[in-house]
Amino acid sequence: MNATAPHGNTTAAAGARLGEVIAALETLLPAESVIVDTEPRRVYECDGLSAYRQLPGCVVLPNTIAQVQAVLRLCHEHRVPVVARGAGTGLSGGALPIAEGVLLSLAKFSDILEIDPLARTARVQPGVRNISISEAVAEFGLFYAPDPSSQIACTIGGNVAENSGGVHCLKYGLTVHNVLGIKFITSDGELIELGGQTLDSPGLDLLALFNGSEGMLGVIVEITVKLLPQPPVTEVLLAAFDDVGAAGNAVAAIIAAGIIPAGLEMMDQGITRAAEDFVHAGYPRDAAAILLCELDGIAEETRAQLQAVEQILRDAGASDIRVAADAAARARFWAGRKAAFPASGRIAPDYYCMDGTIPRKCIAEVLERISALAREHELEVVNVFHAGDGNLHPLVLYDVSQPGELERAEQLGGRILEACVAAGGTVTGEHGVGVEKINQMCVQFSSAELTQFHAVKAAFDEHGLLNPGKAVPTLNRCAEFGRMHVHHGQISHPELERF
Amino acid sequence: MADGLIAELQERVRAATAAATPLVIHGSGSKAFCRPTVTGEPLDVSGLTGIVDYEPTELVVTVRAGTPLAELQAALAAEGQMLAFEPPAFAATATLGGTVACGLSGPRRPYAGALRDFVLGVRCLNGHGEDLRFGGQVMKNVAGYDIARLQAGAYGRLGVLLEISFKVLPLPEAETTVALELSPAAAIERMNRLAGRPLPLSAAAHIDGGLYLRFSGSAAAVAAACADCGGAVLTDAAAFWTAVREQQHDFFQTGRPLWRLSLPATAAMPAIDGADAADWLIDWGGAQRWLRAEAPATAVHAAAQAAGGWARGWRGVADDRRWPVQPAALQQLQHRLKAAFDPAAVFNHEADAAGGT
Repeated sequence: MNATAPHGNTTAAAGARLGEVIAALETLLPAESVIVDTEPRRVYECDGLSAYRQLPGCVVLPNTIAQVQAVLRLCHEHRVPVVARGAGTGLSGGALPIAEGVLLSLAKFSDILEIDPLARTARVQPGVRNISISEAVAEFGLFYAPDPSSQIACTIGGNVAENSGGVHCLKYGLTVHNVLGIKFITSDGELIELGGQTLDSPGLDLLALFNGSEGMLGVIVEITVKLLPQPPVTEVLLAAFDDVGAAGNAVAAIIAAGIIPAGLEMMDQGITRAAEDFVHAGYPRDAAAILLCELDGIAEETRAQLQAVEQILRDAGASDIRVAADAAARARFWAGRKAAFPASGRIAPDYYCMDGTIPRKCIAEVLERISALAREHELEVVNVFHAGDGNLHPLVLYDVSQPGELERAEQLGGRILEACVAAGGTVTGEHGVGVEKINQMCVQFSSAELTQFHAVKAAFDEHGLLNPGKAVPTLNRCAEFGRMHVHHGQISHPELERF
Repeated sequence: MADGLIAELQERVRAATAAATPLVIHGSGSKAFCRPTVTGEPLDVSGLTGIVDYEPTELVVTVRAGTPLAELQAALAAEGQMLAFEPPAFAATATLGGTVACGLSGPRRPYAGALRDFVLGVRCLNGHGEDLRFGGQVMKNVAGYDIARLQAGAYGRLGVLLEISFKVLPLPEAETTVALELSPAAAIERMNRLAGRPLPLSAAAHIDGGLYLRFSGSAAAVAAACADCGGAVLTDAAAFWTAVREQQHDFFQTGRPLWRLSLPATAAMPAIDGADAADWLIDWGGAQRWLRAEAPATAVHAAAQAAGGWARGWRGVADDRRWPVQPAALQQLQHRLKAAFDPAAVFNHEADAAGGT
């Protein structure tokens, strides 16, 4: 599929401005930090949403804050757009480059600057990989909680930009709940510090606003994160249900009992079978839905919760309940869930992953609606669900080689997101809007609301130079549809688990 | 009824913006003392009351801004749930709108999160009188900028809050507070060490030579934590934490100027002329410190800054000295952001002149 970059319309003037910027960059930065040759630039033409591709005008890899400031000042002066990029693992095209723009990679900002075990904070550069933080602080019995599925590769700067979640966010929160401060560079090159070691700051809470702002408000160059004590005990249960509604009721009953699981995942029959056939996790193939429930914490508390959850699942009509006996069994229970996306790639040539959030109580109704929509579009959909926080990932199965299937898959995806909005939910729970869901933003928000978003953007970036065209659609033109299409299992970063 | 009230508010806001007439948004007025002084025509939202939607199993509640905090807390408690940021009310009449606008969190804040962490969505009016919704009623939502959380602690500068959706959490099954005798320096060290261990810590404060540690969770976990930490069990613990949170504790019963210092949790006690150990109350595990002192405002601000944090005059400090001076670039950004919501500067606009929040 051909991507249409939001700002892909070449004009001679934009090209000329970019040329001036490139000439100046070569004097500002060391030669190896400016990439203008076509082949090495290709590395940056897409992020994890590989259906959208655009060769950037040039790529810069600064390694000091002063260099980032210089690049932004220069681009500001010449009115050249800048797209910041971390590891490029995002699933919504948030780091899609611009033909007449600069792609600013923060890959060289990869140092953990300071760990304060007593204060339970770490000060890191944006290019530090998510999992590196937990690895670095493990010796102090601490960890960094948000764990997006791409955590071995994704970087903390991108996590802040996307307000990344993970399977444990019902209990431990999203990125916004675990970031204490940032330093960022404004579109005109000013360095601004928000928060830091304190729990709040005077003035408007710009730190909250920055989380999930998709690189549209500033370029983050340093982050201070909160660290938590590692839970000493983890338990995982697997429960099978003959009915999706009963599984949904079990989730509600666990919450109603005052238990906040570390993770609570639901898989429907289609994806349970696909995952079981793929990794042989021991999932019951005949179940209408399965639930995975992870509890963690202090031994006394976790043991009590485990007993309570077993009873609740039984009362809710679970046909089979298993408790993982050890770490190996826990890993096996999780293996199927973590293999859900690649497993879908085995049952259909192509799939594409949606990311809506719905009120939990609507799960049975929304799944039914999705089935009806799928029948209408003559396609199959399987569903994985972060049931604890209502984040639904329907996977639309299709075959791009069949004429019309891609278009039907796209239409179906849009209808599914619209069904999430209609149920009181949102078009994106954790993947971000990027270029992917920009059309559905028009469904979720009114013109006045979108206008307010644009006004916020303009307060930070008057000339619209930072990651323009992403996240918030213009009123008179919503970008062309397109989502995470995966053909024959070929996905960017195939080494990453995606769940 | 709410719709009619909202339509009236919209009309007032539109007229105010057209005439550039400043408005002072208020609920019950219970927290007027802790925001910067503002003047203008009062815009009363206290009539906008009621719980719009509450689904205990979703852990989400949506309330109108004029709803009394106490009413919501009672409704949550009836379902075994709570606002985990433990907001101070400062008066029985306190409303949710004012609580969000002031961004107030109580002793549980360092362990459970701040008010803004529990805001999931808002419905509000901007300076054009437009009825807008941001965020939503779900936990995970990254569609659009997080304007909902931005309203927390904005003191009404960005608009009129109409409805707020919160994430709520289960009430703990058991709660016990223990008290230990420790110096402020030793208490700060202890609070931070304990917070780095997997204990069900839900509050840690130091007052007048005593370190108070509250544990909340399952009965077994709380008992284990108390045994681990030692100290004497406090019998009237609920009253104690209420007094700390609501500033009814003896410490606050003073005519002297009162300062709030937001510091790194591990920061050493700042030296302030004329203030000794008895003039400090340490809360939030070391991150929030209350000071009674007549010292010049510039000295308090400088000491807080030197300790890696900031200070605000809470009571008895002249308006123009209450807030720290922010870097110029940050200040300009804040002004532009305010203007993006409120171009005619009608909402609580003197708040801006005060520089701070």
